Amino acid sequence: MKKLKSNFSLLTFHLSLLISILCLIGFEVITPINTAAEDASKITFIQEGIPKFFVPPPPFTEGIFPCSNCHSGMETNPKRRELKDEHTNIVFKHAEKQRWCLDCHNASDRDVLHLTDGRLIPFTESYALCGQCHGEIYRDWKVGIHGKRTGSWNGEKTYRLCAHCHNPHDPKFKQLKPEPPPLKPSENGIIQTQAKERN
Amino acid sequence: MPSNNDGKKLTRRGFLKGAALGISSIAIPIGSADASVWDAFFQKHFTEMSKDEIQSTIARLEKEYKTDYGVDIKVGAEKAIPNVLFGYGLDLSRCIGCRRCVYACVNENNQSRHDPQIQWISVLRFKKGEKWVSDLEQSEMYYHPEKVPEDGFFYMPVACQQCERPPCVEVCPTKATWKEPDGIVVVDYDWCIGCRYCMAACPYGARHFNWAKPNIPKQEINPVTHYLGNRPRIKGCVEKCTFCIQRTRNGKYPACVEICPVGARKFGNLLDKDSEIRYCIDKKRVFRLKEDLNTSPKFYYFFSL
Repeated sequence: MKKLKSNFSLLTFHLSLLISILCLIGFEVITPINTAAEDASKITFIQEGIPKFFVPPPPFTEGIFPCSNCHSGMETNPKRRELKDEHTNIVFKHAEKQRWCLDCHNASDRDVLHLTDGRLIPFTESYALCGQCHGEIYRDWKVGIHGKRTGSWNGEKTYRLCAHCHNPHDPKFKQLKPEPPPLKPSENGIIQTQAKERN
Repeated sequence: MPSNNDGKKLTRRGFLKGAALGISSIAIPIGSADASVWDAFFQKHFTEMSKDEIQSTIARLEKEYKTDYGVDIKVGAEKAIPNVLFGYGLDLSRCIGCRRCVYACVNENNQSRHDPQIQWISVLRFKKGEKWVSDLEQSEMYYHPEKVPEDGFFYMPVACQQCERPPCVEVCPTKATWKEPDGIVVVDYDWCIGCRYCMAACPYGARHFNWAKPNIPKQEINPVTHYLGNRPRIKGCVEKCTFCIQRTRNGKYPACVEICPVGARKFGNLLDKDSEIRYCIDKKRVFRLKEDLNTSPKFYYFFSL
């Protein structure tokens, strides 16, 4: 009798495990891919099944987006060159010998970016593009140990897109002016301040 | 010779008894309508106060702060969240020595700005390639270049390490400092006698003393405080980093974590295996300062590059 019961519970366990795995797979398949136009403030990690986190919208220069405002009427020139007519203010220092603009920006629809295998991704998910080359950083960023996070250590956090801190065209950080150093002990106290005021 | 009503002589003993009683009765503030002086004198150690006593003490403190600073300061007394032990991680490859954490801490925690200037975080600068691990005293903390990071140097911010075996707690003669269940080493500012023995015991130089009444500009006071954390202190007590107890016990990151422009600081619950700090300890080569002293700090440093 006992053996029959344990077999039955084992069967139930396996069955429920199978069902839950199928559910997870099914959920991943039907997760929609957001476009830049809709829901710019929410984010989903496509293809990985990782839950949503809040990331602020991409830091576009004012008025530059949507790019199709200018580019929808233009002919695409896929020849690698230095741009002379427009976008001349962009300093490009990011693997500039290996790549140029259209290696990341999608030629046919400028409102999205593209991965190396041709998949299109919106600007709100540009981390997937950066992650192609910077895989270790991408892995650390997903867990939350790369870059700045604010919010709750035990709850909702705000991530930032790579582009919020790193300019994708010239990512090397510029130096900052440091805040003032602390006062030395010989200068730090009421007696010293009063002595200075008296002089 | 003066005599009392019985006609007996007033003895030397009797005179001294009377004088002692007389002088001590002057010290008792019975004439004062302000009972707060009495309450302040008889205030108990924080851990010995009942919930009601804590509430009434907080009410009195808030009234005093309103009089002193003209700001409505709220003093909280949140207890430690169960199953939480705070841990901190710092990526030394990323720190650029900008000191924004130092001043975010000063603003968040109501530290004295001048006379004396107190900063809970010190940023140490080390020359790359030179001996440093066993010789932290060779660092420079008064660096002030035009821009950071400087070539050939790296930076290491140091604050209270919230040790698991804190030397400061061991030496305190009045038990004014103790380790809370969530790992934070706290100070009851009203119980501290200002002997500064803890400052001598701390191997990290993390404790700071209020040599005078703290000077905080009224418009910069942070009104959200904790009794054991960032409430305005008094002259003669010791203070130190509390992992922003007023923020972390309400689920928020400490101020230094949030302000760091390069994301070098990581914070979380060491008992939660999915936390960021546990990931750092697991995947990065973490180390702690002065491990040979067996203080077992909660501050884990690592170089990610």
